[in-house]
Amino acid sequence: MTTLSAADRDTVVALIASSLRDLYEQNGISNADGDLSEDTRLIGRHAALDSLGLVTLIVDLEQKIEETFDVALTLANERAMSQKNSPFLTVGSLATYICALIDEQRNV
Amino acid sequence: MTTDQQVVLITGARKGIGRFLAERFVRNGALVEGCSREPPDWSLDGYTHHLADVADESQVKAMMTAIGRRRGRLDIVINNAGVAAMNHSLLTPVASLDRIFDTNVRGTFLVCREAARLMQRRRFGRIVNLSTVAVPLRLEGEALYAASKGAVETLTRILAREFGPLGITVNAVGPTPIETDLIRGVPPEKIQKIVDSLAIRRLGRFEDVANVIDFFVRPESDYVTGQVIYLGGVS
Repeated sequence: MTTLSAADRDTVVALIASSLRDLYEQNGISNADGDLSEDTRLIGRHAALDSLGLVTLIVDLEQKIEETFDVALTLANERAMSQKNSPFLTVGSLATYICALIDEQRNV
Repeated sequence: MTTDQQVVLITGARKGIGRFLAERFVRNGALVEGCSREPPDWSLDGYTHHLADVADESQVKAMMTAIGRRRGRLDIVINNAGVAAMNHSLLTPVASLDRIFDTNVRGTFLVCREAARLMQRRRFGRIVNLSTVAVPLRLEGEALYAASKGAVETLTRILAREFGPLGITVNAVGPTPIETDLIRGVPPEKIQKIVDSLAIRRLGRFEDVANVIDFFVRPESDYVTGQVIYLGGVS
């Protein structure tokens, strides 16, 4: 059984940050959190994205992950939506969730 | 790599109106991608065919990935693939329901969803779904076909709202009967009865459908979405 390396996780975080920056730019959002970090909020009161922004982020990330890791993921599946602690809460929680999904796909 | 030419996807492109539209878009300078479950017996420069069942999620995804990788964009989708059946409801097996709804509803939804994922990258897209005058005319014997296209019309109207902020319009055209395989099994007197109920009493032509599609997909139609236009004066 293989698991993602720390370098792979860094790549996932970088992909999320890149997608977020594109979205901020497209929507004229100044980054209220300052520099993007793993603590940057994606949903909730302190998030810069609206619901459509989150949808666009998810779609964009699915494409980037497929291009980078050659795995086709569905990020917004029923499991994610029913989790008590949403994986879409912060950049860090989303990265952890994506790494777990990539691991699952690779070990099928 | 992204091409400068418009990229058009037409489902059910092997024959009939799908083939007509594919040839027409190629003539007008577009790069056309088409799909069907069976291979076509024709080929054309500027046209690429995919063997794909629109009701199969993995096949639709693979087709969109291939288009994205090869063309880098997708501008227009014509959801033309469709299945029809005429039968009294009391004599209709449930297998017909599955077959009709799989292609017409599930297929249209899957292609819309996956196409919008590609289109939203460039904040531009035009999706045209195929409905039918059987929906507003409430034709006896076409309960399942009309119900499936009624679902397509609702999908069209709601997806128009969901995709609007992404720069993607979603509209539908509802043709009258046209001389295609789809109506080959329908008795001539039944077709004549439908024609007699139209404001303009003739069978439809491929060109009539193409004319409405031209209107929906032109860049100037970016403020036209969620609309269903019926041919022949049906409303």
